[in-house]
Amino acid sequence: MLISNLEILPDHRIVRHLGLVQGSSVRSKHVGRDIMASIKNIFGGELQGYTELLHESREEATERLIQQAQGIGANAVLNVRYSTSSIAAGAAEIFVYGTAVELAQRD
Amino acid sequence: MIEIILFLVFMSCGFIFGQLAEKRHFKSIVEREQQLNSLPVVASRYPPEDTAYHQQLVSGSVVVASDYFKSFTAGLINIFGGVVTPFESLLDRGRREAILRMKAEAGKLNAELVFNVKLETTRIATGRAGAIEVLAYGTAMLPVDAGRANAINSSSANDLSAIDSAPVASGSVPRR
Repeated sequence: MLISNLEILPDHRIVRHLGLVQGSSVRSKHVGRDIMASIKNIFGGELQGYTELLHESREEATERLIQQAQGIGANAVLNVRYSTSSIAAGAAEIFVYGTAVELAQRD
Repeated sequence: MIEIILFLVFMSCGFIFGQLAEKRHFKSIVEREQQLNSLPVVASRYPPEDTAYHQQLVSGSVVVASDYFKSFTAGLINIFGGVVTPFESLLDRGRREAILRMKAEAGKLNAELVFNVKLETTRIATGRAGAIEVLAYGTAMLPVDAGRANAINSSSANDLSAIDSAPVASGSVPRR
């Protein structure tokens, strides 16, 4: 499965448009991590726990996007966009969406 | 009384460690920016037409926290209005770090350039003070030979499909 945030691919032709596909994931870390983060908020600096959390979350959302695209018979997802929103203290929603297409090599 | 002491302790902790962390972070950002200078990052939407490339989505993200001193000063500035410099430097650090991490990932794949880069910033709620998450993502353009080597070695989730690993000879894309 080719995932790209470009809209057109050199030397490929879009055979079929299969519409919008999406994946999302909401995750949070355990309270210990949240407490550590709030302590770190006094000193400043990177919150590695949250960087990790959002990274995992993004991977899961992408995985769901790929599953959905495979389910409808696409072989690529183009123009992929990510969006993040924090929905509660210590929890974030990652949303990823794109256009599922069927690509063929251009002769 | 205790509250005043706590406040002063937090303020000085935030000031000393926050400034120190920021200085160190900026130093490492500048160093790594120089190292990765040869890898251009472009916001253009349309890929080059004259060279053959493989492509793969790359991303980098970071969560940076504000310190107590920054948050407090920002609160003060907020009363009078004006430029909130403490947060400007925080956002600058976050963005540059995210782009650097994306570049590092692209560099590992031997990419020649990164296309259609998007940046996204979100406020992460952690108690009363703020932390921001910055995500940078774009399409890494890999030279065809390096792309094939990566397709064989790659065991990541973003595995290259048959289409992706087929040599791409561009040139016939209509200009818009």
